[in-house]
Amino acid sequence: MKLAVASGKGGTGKSMMATNLAFTLAWTGQVTLVDCDVEEPNLHLFFPAPATTRDVTMPVPVVNESLCDHCGKCGKFCQYGALTVLPDRVLFFPELCHSCGGCRLVCPKNAIREEPKKIGTLSTSAPMPGLTLVSGTLDEGSPHAVPVIRDAKKHAARGPVVILDTAPGTSCPVVEALEGCDACILVTESTPFGLHDLQLAVDVAARLGIPAGIVINRSDGNDRETLRFCTDHDLEVMMTVPFDREIAAIQSRGDLLCRVKPEWQKDFWALFAKCRALTGVDG
Amino acid sequence: MIRLAVISGKGGTGKTMITAALSRLLKGTLVLADCDVDAANLELVISPHLIRKEPFFGMKSAFIDPVACVKCTECEAHCRFDAVDWVRNTFRVNTFRCEGCAVCMFVCPVKAVAMQPRQTGEILYSETSRGHLVHARLVPGAGNSGLLVHAVKKMAMEQDRACDLFLIDGPPGTGCPLISTISGVDAVLVVTEPSVSGLHDLKRVVTVCRQFRPRIFVAVNRYDLDPALTKDILEYCCEEKIALVGTIPFDHAVIEAVRAGIPVTDAGASPATQSIQILAAKLEWELTNLDNNR
Repeated sequence: MKLAVASGKGGTGKSMMATNLAFTLAWTGQVTLVDCDVEEPNLHLFFPAPATTRDVTMPVPVVNESLCDHCGKCGKFCQYGALTVLPDRVLFFPELCHSCGGCRLVCPKNAIREEPKKIGTLSTSAPMPGLTLVSGTLDEGSPHAVPVIRDAKKHAARGPVVILDTAPGTSCPVVEALEGCDACILVTESTPFGLHDLQLAVDVAARLGIPAGIVINRSDGNDRETLRFCTDHDLEVMMTVPFDREIAAIQSRGDLLCRVKPEWQKDFWALFAKCRALTGVDG
Repeated sequence: MIRLAVISGKGGTGKTMITAALSRLLKGTLVLADCDVDAANLELVISPHLIRKEPFFGMKSAFIDPVACVKCTECEAHCRFDAVDWVRNTFRVNTFRCEGCAVCMFVCPVKAVAMQPRQTGEILYSETSRGHLVHARLVPGAGNSGLLVHAVKKMAMEQDRACDLFLIDGPPGTGCPLISTISGVDAVLVVTEPSVSGLHDLKRVVTVCRQFRPRIFVAVNRYDLDPALTKDILEYCCEEKIALVGTIPFDHAVIEAVRAGIPVTDAGASPATQSIQILAAKLEWELTNLDNNR
């Protein structure tokens, strides 16, 4: 079962949900936790452990100037403006390149080959029995989050339970993480910001055909608008976590709610059972 | 015109509320932009009145004509984005995955593939009590948010070039929308919070900013929730020679203001308002110096 945790708005508690769920489930089974928020990955802060790392690369063109006759076809073809052909050389802007391979295909002189360029790292660790953590990290300054997410997901494809923590927002990094998941938890908070962005996140999940359930975090009891939205859209509120300075403090110092207050584990078990019910999978 | 972007690295640290409050407090004429285009919230607290809107077209998307297609699989084999699906005995492009590279069109032996423009959002131009606001709506799930950010900034700078200040509410993260937001700005205000995640993400976003030219300022929101971590943030800023321009306490008045749809500084006296006023005054002074040094 592949379960994503998403939110629309940032800072609503995605990482808290993902880490505590994984921590709870790892006591009885094999869980893979994947950090797909590759622009700002944080899950490793909650599970410090030695990790094995490898580079994430994307192929980028290298022009063999001795074969190139500067015909300009590659520059004209590139939809991203990553290649500019001057009369005597070819300028390449790697941050604009999407690695589509088109320039190599269109080159009539076979003057372009591709070489891997590092855009991030993938680290894998086993912070506790039953838990594997896979973290994708985008290099600072690289704009290409999606290939790093793709790589992290591919690496974590195996395992009976895979939990993916996504980036905030509703654009390509979120879609890349959500695609192929069996269900998703959408974490929100009871403010107009939280509700506005929850609506967008619900929309994305629906467009992708992924069943979604809601978690209200830091509730101060003033949840009427959010509850009404959920009722109107036939969305189940699977869990409500109250606003509590102690919970906030546990999270902010990098600890886990379920480790400090083990009584919370039954709530996360219940959350997982509801997620399973969303997918229609038994057991 | 001074261009200032409010960013954070980590999401949910209070960018939007601080941007809204700064729009009230910073002096001079200003134009606002909400560059967090896939979860745009600034409009919820500054009551904009829409003047006009225009469609935004991102990258084109491939379309396979099922009648002309001879099912040779060339497009599927060459697509690096796994965007060509075999659905009900025909090849179809998954527009979520298609990045508009046009390789499928190039390799198709029967010219069954066309690149079609696709509207992935709209750009809104609005009036607020403190100047114009350029904001946007990205179709949920659509890509190209970096391109949309670029278009939003461009419209603000073209329409309101005479303004003293261009104030941007930025996106979280460090990827393409963030890079698009900070490219060409004079200064960034990084709003962080005292948590291990907040500090970790602050460091990453500062590293990205260093690759561009802006002056970097930091503000710590909800600083009193973990004084020890706030101290770690202060020490980091000292080491990196980054000016800390404000600390804002946790204050329920902020949540009440968001619920009321106003900047917290409009809601009367509160600890948060008072500290944001000090933040605005310091920032004002720093930005003036920035301008004099240019």
